[in-house]
Amino acid sequence: ERNQADVSEAKAGRTDLIFLIRFRHCCLLRNQRCIVAYLYDRLLRIRALRWEYGSILPSAIQFHMSAEEVEWFNRYKKSLATYMRSVGGEEGLDLTQDMKPPKSLYIEVRCLRDYGEFEIDDGTTVLLKKNSQHFLPRWKCEQLIRQGILEHILS
Amino acid sequence: MAEAYFPVGPGLGPEENFLSLDDILMSQEKLPGRAETSLPRLAFALGQGSGAGSGDSIPEGSKLEVPVWLAKGLRDSKRRLISVELPKIYKEAWRTVFSADANVVDLHKMGPYYYGFGSQLLNFDNPENPEIAQTILQASTFISRFRRIMDSSQNAYNEDTSALVARLDELERALFRAGQKGLNDFQCWEKGQASQITVSSLVQNYGKRKFTEMDG
Repeated sequence: ERNQADVSEAKAGRTDLIFLIRFRHCCLLRNQRCIVAYLYDRLLRIRALRWEYGSILPSAIQFHMSAEEVEWFNRYKKSLATYMRSVGGEEGLDLTQDMKPPKSLYIEVRCLRDYGEFEIDDGTTVLLKKNSQHFLPRWKCEQLIRQGILEHILS
Repeated sequence: MAEAYFPVGPGLGPEENFLSLDDILMSQEKLPGRAETSLPRLAFALGQGSGAGSGDSIPEGSKLEVPVWLAKGLRDSKRRLISVELPKIYKEAWRTVFSADANVVDLHKMGPYYYGFGSQLLNFDNPENPEIAQTILQASTFISRFRRIMDSSQNAYNEDTSALVARLDELERALFRAGQKGLNDFQCWEKGQASQITVSSLVQNYGKRKFTEMDG
């Protein structure tokens, strides 16, 4: 508001105030740039979360996101899902799987934290307790490994 | 390896990237300059501090230190508001030091954004611009230091690199990190760990931080 007052004064003839106006304008632009860059960087990280963590964010992270960011994340999820469905033929292709080239269908995993029961495709459930080892199909475990619940063991 | 997070990088040459955090930090660095006209009411803002309260004006010709973003903004008009001088490190004396042996200089101490800041200086018309440009880019600094950076980044595997990195400015550090990452990835592949699914580093970092409140 102070800038506006100065602007009207300057137009009225005091030309030496131009510097002040420019100065304030520069500061305002600078603040705007910093804010925008910060918010944009947050969005970039949230987008990375979708690829690294999965489609459901832990509540601790969601707590720190603003409502608009949550909305953005949901919309991004939706467009990603639409795209993935359109890409691979009838069922679609899950691009977030197999980020590293797979060597085998089943992998050996060790549990790092207590997770509870986990059901595999053929109906059997596996109880994931800390330090228990299992031999499980790759596509089911990949997300849990990325979330830090399981650990992939190489023989 | 957080593969999915791609931050906005710094701009090339005299242009900055609006959204790049590196560029914002870099343009915060100060330039020495002089006020060309008297500047009313700004004594408090630009740190002069003397005089009767906040109503003072800065007399003509007094020395100021302004950050680059301010200098660029005030420069746009007919060049009568502020004039900037080159900081010491870009002047003649230092340029001869660089041409003598560029590897010795501790660029991190001289302002951690030597290359970026120098590129911004080219925006202000200055009779020494071509020499500055040459010094920054060519045989004097970048090229001669680059070889050593490349060498050390490719050969220091699993070692403590802080001694090597301490004398590099931000651009060189980014290059160094890229070289190290390539080296690490290659070693990973050689050991057969390339197919191991890993926890993303984002997740690891979130796990380490303590959140003050957790919803159920």
